[in-house]
Amino acid sequence: MPSNLLYKISSYGDHAILIELGNMIDEKVNQKVICVFHHLQNKKIAGIKDIIPAYCSVTVVYDVAVIRKTHHNISAAGSMELQIRNVLQDVNFEQPILSRQIEIPVCYDAEFALDIQQMAIQKKLIAEEIIRIHSSKTYRVYMIGFIPGFAYMASVDSQIATPRKRQPRQFVPAGSVGIAGFQTGIYPLQSPGGWNIIGQTPLKLFDPANEQPCLLHPGDEVRFVPVTKKEFDKIKSKQ
Amino acid sequence: MSIRIIKAGFADTVQDLGRYGFQHLGINPGGAMDAVAAQVANMLTGNDIYEAVIEFHFPASSIMFEKDCLIAISGADFGVTTNHQSIPLNTPVIVAKKSVLEFSKYISGCRCYLAVRNGIDIPLWLNSYSTHVKAHAGGYKGRILHKDDLLITRKSASYQSVLKKNRHDVLHWKADVAEFYQQPNIIRICTGKEYGELTDQSKSLLTTADFLVTPHSDRMGYRLVSVILQRNQNTEIISSAVTRGVIQLFPNGQLVILMADHQTAGGYPVIAHVISADMPKLAQLNSNQTIQFQMIEAAGAEDLLWQQYQHLHQLQNACNLRLEEYFLHHALY
Repeated sequence: MPSNLLYKISSYGDHAILIELGNMIDEKVNQKVICVFHHLQNKKIAGIKDIIPAYCSVTVVYDVAVIRKTHHNISAAGSMELQIRNVLQDVNFEQPILSRQIEIPVCYDAEFALDIQQMAIQKKLIAEEIIRIHSSKTYRVYMIGFIPGFAYMASVDSQIATPRKRQPRQFVPAGSVGIAGFQTGIYPLQSPGGWNIIGQTPLKLFDPANEQPCLLHPGDEVRFVPVTKKEFDKIKSKQ
Repeated sequence: MSIRIIKAGFADTVQDLGRYGFQHLGINPGGAMDAVAAQVANMLTGNDIYEAVIEFHFPASSIMFEKDCLIAISGADFGVTTNHQSIPLNTPVIVAKKSVLEFSKYISGCRCYLAVRNGIDIPLWLNSYSTHVKAHAGGYKGRILHKDDLLITRKSASYQSVLKKNRHDVLHWKADVAEFYQQPNIIRICTGKEYGELTDQSKSLLTTADFLVTPHSDRMGYRLVSVILQRNQNTEIISSAVTRGVIQLFPNGQLVILMADHQTAGGYPVIAHVISADMPKLAQLNSNQTIQFQMIEAAGAEDLLWQQYQHLHQLQNACNLRLEEYFLHHALY
């Protein structure tokens, strides 16, 4: 994407539009993404079914029939693009949306830190150092995907950035905190997965019974707070 | 009163037209794989198109109706019977209390839908009845249907005067759905974001080769096997949202088509999209069948979807009219 453009709009199949705001994993680019996401959400354009922010793009899924019924002389794709361009005209990309600050308690004890020993050998660090480094930074939720509520957070310090495991686990326990490259994330549900697991949070990241089923949202800022097993159990029993 | 699962099927779930508005939280839309058949079944019973239906795969569940019901079945042909007598697809049928509905033999298609007049009374989860098996939420208890599950149906008319001593009554009209499933193995596509990265040879192979639907195909995606397709460059792709019908190119040169239960984001090259109007047809294909892709413009794809919608809308009006007449004629309320 040419750098003199704020964004690029193109159709994505026959019922979605892609808004690209860059082509790298970068905090500034993602701030623009979240900015576009919020503005489009607030406008409540008729016919939009989903607005999905990612690292450096926003995808808008729309209902062709709803739009064609109200805009007779134009395709749904054309009408959507016009409406989105109109909304984006008023957006001040330099004024980022204020992020929510969220603290996530994590127990890094050996029983939860399934891969920390292996990582320690690979990174020539002791486990305590990995924990200290992981919990001393604020991470940004760049996007949510893979499974309900799974937040892709970055950037992990290069000292502990570790590629995905060669052989993914069949069952990663719910609440597991992992590292994949420069990303860190939490498994909201038990799931297969290849991230290096270094701890577990007692919090429920995903709860279908809640009106807000997911704890983390795109654009949030997250800190991991180390807790003992005892504190972990206490928090868990209250969930 | 309710319908009871008296024998479990292989993977039967409650579905509707999908759960939208939550993909930014990683919650995928799900919904009926064949959205046309799900709508047709609802329309034939006079329901709103967004009512819950049951989606069956073969071997499918058997059902006992614990009260008189007006039902309709659309989609795959699994030799449906009530009380051991065949009943037609795409036709409203009134079944008497204690009737047993069975899917006796596999004939064609892959997914079949049952609608019951006035719908199934289950709670909505995030505005949808669709079952999200991974999240254990939505549909019936967030899972596939088991033996002895009871699905409460909403109150409807008494059909005693029509049934008299019969166990069921087949109404006299049929929805013509042939148009939605023409040329079942020709799947129309439009170009995807990374289409331009394919080699010229791969571009031409995409629309000339046969693609086999492998047994590793399910509600999440159809994995295809064919000639190996290649890109000119192997640049990493940054993950972004993916939608139903996206065709991704795996690093091994094979393709996957994302279906109803697809993940919300992906990092594989998107080389094409199956056009929305052909997704119902694709949903009725089984593993070991082959497909060929035919490239069309996105604008044309949108027009085809709009035509499909208009056709369904006409069908809905016709169904409502017929049902109204029938109810009046038989004094059903």
